[in-house]
Amino acid sequence: MGRFILRRMGVMVLTALCLTLIVFFMTNLAPNLEKLAKTQGNFRMSDEEVTTYLADHGYAQPMLVKYGQWLGFLPGYVIEGTDGLTRAKCQGGAEPVETTPTFCGVLQGDWGTSTVIKKDVGVVIADKLALTGKLMFWVLVLMVPSALLIGILAGMREGSRTDRALSTVSITTSATPEYVSGVLLIAVFASSAVGLKWFKGTATSAMDTATFENFFLPVLTISLYGVGYIARMTRASMAEVMTSQYIRTARLKGVSFPNIVVKHALRNALIAPFTVIMLQFPWLLNGVVIVETLFNYKGFGWAMVLAASNNDIELLLGISVVSVIVVLVTQAISDIGYVYLNPRISVT
Amino acid sequence: MSKQTETAGPILEIDNLSISFFTRVREIPAVMDFSVQVQPGEAVGLVGESGCGKSTVALGVMRDLGANGRIVGGTVRFKGRDMATLDPEELRDVRGNEIAMIYQEPMASLNPAMRVGQQLTEVPMIHEGISQADARTRALEVIRDVKLPDPERILNAYPHQLSGGQQQRIVIAMALMSKPSLLILDEPTTALDVTVEAAVVNLVKDLGRKYGTAMLFISHNLGLVLETCDRICVMYSGEAVETGSIHDVFDQMHHPYTQALFRSIPLPGADKNARPLVAIPGNFPLPHERPPGCNFGPRCDYFQPGLCDRDAPVPMEPVEGFERHQTRCLRNTEIDWSAPLHPPVQTEKPAQGPVVLKMEKVKKYYEVAANVLFGKARETKLVKANESLSFEAHEGETLAIVGESGCGKSTFAKLLMGLETVTDGSIQLDGRNIEHTPIEARNTQDVADIQMVFQNPFDTLNPSMTVGRQILRALEVFGHGTSDDERMDEMLRLLDLVKLPREFATRMPRQLSGGQKQRVGIARAFAGGARIVVADEPVSALDVSVQAAVTDLLMDIQRKHKTTLLFISHDLSIVRYLSDRVMVMYLGHVVELGTTDQVFAPPYHPYTEALLSAVPIADTHVEKKHIVLEGDVPSALNPPSGCPFQTRCHWKSKVSGGLCESQVPPSRHLAEGHEIKCHLSDEQLANMDAVIKTAAE
Amino acid sequence: MTDPLGWGAILGQITLLFTPTLIALVVTFVVSILYKRKLGLYGKLFDSTIGMIGLGLVLFWVYTALFAGVFDLIATHGALDQSVSMKKKPPGTPYSKLIGTPPPGAGPYYLLGGDNLGRDVFSRMIAGSIKVILIAPFATIFAFMVGVTLGLPAGYYGGKFDTVLSFIANLVMAFPVILLFYLLVTPEIIHTGLPVYMAGILFIFPIVFLSVLWQSRYRTQPAKRNLYLAVTLIFGGWLYLGIAWDADPLGLVRFPPNLLVVFVAVVFVNAPTVFRIVRGLVLDIKTRDYVAAAQTRGEGPWYIMLWEILPNARGPLLVDFCLRVGYTTILLGTLGFFGLGLESESADWGKMIIDGRKLLSANILHIAIPPALALLSLVLGLNFLADGLREESLKD
Repeated sequence: MGRFILRRMGVMVLTALCLTLIVFFMTNLAPNLEKLAKTQGNFRMSDEEVTTYLADHGYAQPMLVKYGQWLGFLPGYVIEGTDGLTRAKCQGGAEPVETTPTFCGVLQGDWGTSTVIKKDVGVVIADKLALTGKLMFWVLVLMVPSALLIGILAGMREGSRTDRALSTVSITTSATPEYVSGVLLIAVFASSAVGLKWFKGTATSAMDTATFENFFLPVLTISLYGVGYIARMTRASMAEVMTSQYIRTARLKGVSFPNIVVKHALRNALIAPFTVIMLQFPWLLNGVVIVETLFNYKGFGWAMVLAASNNDIELLLGISVVSVIVVLVTQAISDIGYVYLNPRISVT
Repeated sequence: MSKQTETAGPILEIDNLSISFFTRVREIPAVMDFSVQVQPGEAVGLVGESGCGKSTVALGVMRDLGANGRIVGGTVRFKGRDMATLDPEELRDVRGNEIAMIYQEPMASLNPAMRVGQQLTEVPMIHEGISQADARTRALEVIRDVKLPDPERILNAYPHQLSGGQQQRIVIAMALMSKPSLLILDEPTTALDVTVEAAVVNLVKDLGRKYGTAMLFISHNLGLVLETCDRICVMYSGEAVETGSIHDVFDQMHHPYTQALFRSIPLPGADKNARPLVAIPGNFPLPHERPPGCNFGPRCDYFQPGLCDRDAPVPMEPVEGFERHQTRCLRNTEIDWSAPLHPPVQTEKPAQGPVVLKMEKVKKYYEVAANVLFGKARETKLVKANESLSFEAHEGETLAIVGESGCGKSTFAKLLMGLETVTDGSIQLDGRNIEHTPIEARNTQDVADIQMVFQNPFDTLNPSMTVGRQILRALEVFGHGTSDDERMDEMLRLLDLVKLPREFATRMPRQLSGGQKQRVGIARAFAGGARIVVADEPVSALDVSVQAAVTDLLMDIQRKHKTTLLFISHDLSIVRYLSDRVMVMYLGHVVELGTTDQVFAPPYHPYTEALLSAVPIADTHVEKKHIVLEGDVPSALNPPSGCPFQTRCHWKSKVSGGLCESQVPPSRHLAEGHEIKCHLSDEQLANMDAVIKTAAE
Repeated sequence: MTDPLGWGAILGQITLLFTPTLIALVVTFVVSILYKRKLGLYGKLFDSTIGMIGLGLVLFWVYTALFAGVFDLIATHGALDQSVSMKKKPPGTPYSKLIGTPPPGAGPYYLLGGDNLGRDVFSRMIAGSIKVILIAPFATIFAFMVGVTLGLPAGYYGGKFDTVLSFIANLVMAFPVILLFYLLVTPEIIHTGLPVYMAGILFIFPIVFLSVLWQSRYRTQPAKRNLYLAVTLIFGGWLYLGIAWDADPLGLVRFPPNLLVVFVAVVFVNAPTVFRIVRGLVLDIKTRDYVAAAQTRGEGPWYIMLWEILPNARGPLLVDFCLRVGYTTILLGTLGFFGLGLESESADWGKMIIDGRKLLSANILHIAIPPALALLSLVLGLNFLADGLREESLKD
């Protein structure tokens, strides 16, 4: 078990390294740096000004050197700029260059500074994660039980009227992208054109105090997609279990139908959806980006869009690392959980 | 318990039962006009080929036909009560309590996520409302009855932690938990190895006697039915064609189908040259393509136009001079049932040709990862799949390789084909060494020379290519002919060779029956003029009546082409019928090698002896010694020390000094061409009794 | 000045405009139902209600795109034509133009109203369908080519090769899709030429795929093989040069660089998933006896992968293809939603939705809803179609 986790950690670190290297490479391409210089300085910079700006701020160093500095593997730059000021990567605010530490990278626990939000990346990400965590929590609370219930009810008697109706509903919701369902939900429930002004079309106020009124629509929008998907998986798994030989055995043993479903079918039927729910997390992340943009909820996804459109290198790197960790940790949990749920695989 | 004794009449009475399945397109009658009675304590066998409706009868009795199935006529009476009148509540009360069922696949019929104990105790708790503790006591008792070791541990185990044989015993135990008055067994041993099957069958017989339970035993195997049942009912295409006591039906059959069935199975005395099997011509009709009149008519030797194909149902009529013996044949009284059908076509046994294939001390070891998910990455185990295999095969000879699952048969085939290369030893084809030449490195001729026929007909053909294309491809690869036309002609000739109509060239595999697919597989194997053909259980997945035809075909081609046939099988009846020499394998070792006569007569290797005794024989004149092997075949991952067979051997106690546990026995030369790997002394071997004795008629 | 139309008249007019599509749809259905027993799996689709609904929705948009794109039917106005006086006008408003003369053939009404720049929402919705029907299936086909070409050997050989490829696939899948889009599909990145290099790599897969296909099949008949190979290499190479590098020597084939980026990004996102599915299917199918039979016949590994394994994986792959075209449609919308890829003017469902979204709070729904419903119906159709296919292919 320990070895398994170690190996997974190894893969995770390797993936994160590869991924950040790619992000680093892409964001450090010349046109992107130029964009960065112009957004940080001013938009009417001449080409020479851009070059000096980049040189002064350490962007002109070789790519791998910069990456090493970000990692904290190489000493951070100290550059005496053409404007006479000396800038160091590890400079914290206004403190003098002489007292700054030599290394300041991820290895030292310093994730750099966001150029857009002008704060420590670590702080930004922690803030944003907390906000998105709140959103995710309510999404899970809404999504998982309803999806499982729909899936089980539909798969219990395959081909029945209930099954057909519920299956159609789950196909529909799983085929609806968040930006479509979000727009439709806002149009129906939040605009006066339809007249049902039940909820708010924006969730900005939910960042401080989430209420049913300002938070339900975003939560519902993200959940809808997941509900359909998980319900479909649960239905398929349940339907398969219900046709299996051991369910017939139970039936011919004289077990009553409710007992067959609860005692004999359920545990077997939930093995597959568990994996699906876990693997759903990276997906939710995507939905989160769209929904946070749509509802103006300034969480992790919103920060990602902001960072990406402004070429905020260090914030993007931090965000990539977090996403990799989310994806791979959920994968690992789904593997381990599968083993524990499924008695057929023995744990030694 | 009182359940068994409370009624006097038959336990189960099925009268003119008809069951149909309804699809979007049509109604498919699965069972028609079926009647049978099961008396208390009696065991009735229901025999027929796949698709004849025998399992549907069982499900009809249980009233579990699914959404599409319906009883369209007749009645099922259980202890005098009409099952159709039961409401769901009463039905649940009968199921598992008074009628219990045992299924074909034990692994599939046990819930993988529930402990064995819970699955067992559930039965009496539902039906008798007894406490968990009482139910557990009963479970322990029943587990002891089915002869499983360490009942406490078993109750706490999950099904996957048990072996196939143990699982089937659990299924039997589950059926007996409520001491039912009727037990329905649906092919209960088909998924098991022969030696395990023998043990399970013995157990069922003993328990039936002990509990006084009536049994409905469904099987395709006439031998098994003979061993377990008092009465038999033969089914064909949805109808019962003959019923009667075992002895009446086996010895004085009165239906052409029953007769044809017996003529097509290899019984002791059958011989490929002197007394060949007689296959039933034609194919089993699909349920919606049944002929008018007698269903068996088109395949029957006694068919009389105008009588047998009149469009009216053929009634079931009693056979005169017998008690409770009925047949569904219009010409029952006209036919001389004791007359031999045709003078069988006899063929000469060909003389032994030169050695074409020689294996010497071939070894194959695999390294496998010890634990898939959580183990250390470097930790591997050595699996000894083949251990010093040595033999020679001559031109035109049939060498049978016999053994149960895990004995190393498949590895042997892979080595020969070049899909794997040997760890040690040599393989010679025409005197040239090929053991280290993988198939990619072999020349076209060598590849074409050694070909294979596979076991599973549903898997042997590519489902998305026409039959013709698949044979053409083989011809292309083997470099046959220079133009497409030439290959096309050759392909049609090959179809002729395997006795398939030429139209089949454009058919897709799913349009073919199992036997036809197997023929295509044979045609494909012979496309390059193969000289050595490895046939891996080529007929074991086929129905009895088709088996004979496919076996015949193989023999026929072999005689024409002087092919060397390496026939892999676990079925000793068919091996005895067609092979010239036999090699018995156990856990990667060759334990016995000799001519067919030598292997099938004493002295035996103890394993051969057990195998011989395990094979059910459908002949009332045969007496067998019963040797029941304990336990299951050990895993090749973890073989026993010393002699591989020592953990299950009956003779082990006769060898002194614990030799069996410490040393692998050397190969011993008993007679010309007869070798055996055993520690028993010459004297002990010489005193062995024959397992199979044919009583004087 | 004519009066605005009521909802009934609007629906009537729209239906009238869709006449060619509806006729084509009815003809297709009637012919298919008549011959459904002879049409294999496609015919069986007409036994399943959900499959038929799905097919109907998909064909509706395919025919609409066809008639609008090729014959210039259905749409009443140019997708880019603006009219100041029509800004944010409700559905059914009569067409008028303040500055300049109306283009010839312009319809009398904005049937679904005007958007924030005074363009006809209905015509833009139709124009959007052309874009989707053009890109989504082809991008999916390319993703399949890449996924299949890599997934087959990964599943068949296993080992180190598989480990490396699976790692790369997982790496791409660990990327949040939107981040990937932001990194790939920005004007700055297009400047660097990176997408072109990626296109250079991705688009070579179909040629490799076809070449290997012929080589493995006809290795015993060199004449036939050389013919097929030559045709593939010449035609493939020509298209490849034109599409990926914009270097067609004849100057006939080219691909707008904007579109190319979108195409590459979508292929790049989909290919790893296809890879995983193919790999899983291969792991299952390679244990079959017919694969062993091919091996014992001395067939090469690529023949076995492409001719023995791949055709038998077609069922699940076909279902996944339908789902994936739907997903690609969603991705295209997502790109538009974030304003990435296509030029800002162009009619794109995703772009139209985000433009309209800003006006939802001002109670103007008619800009966002039509493209949203259009996209929803197409994706839903593809999902229903996939479900119908899955259900029917599982039967008998």
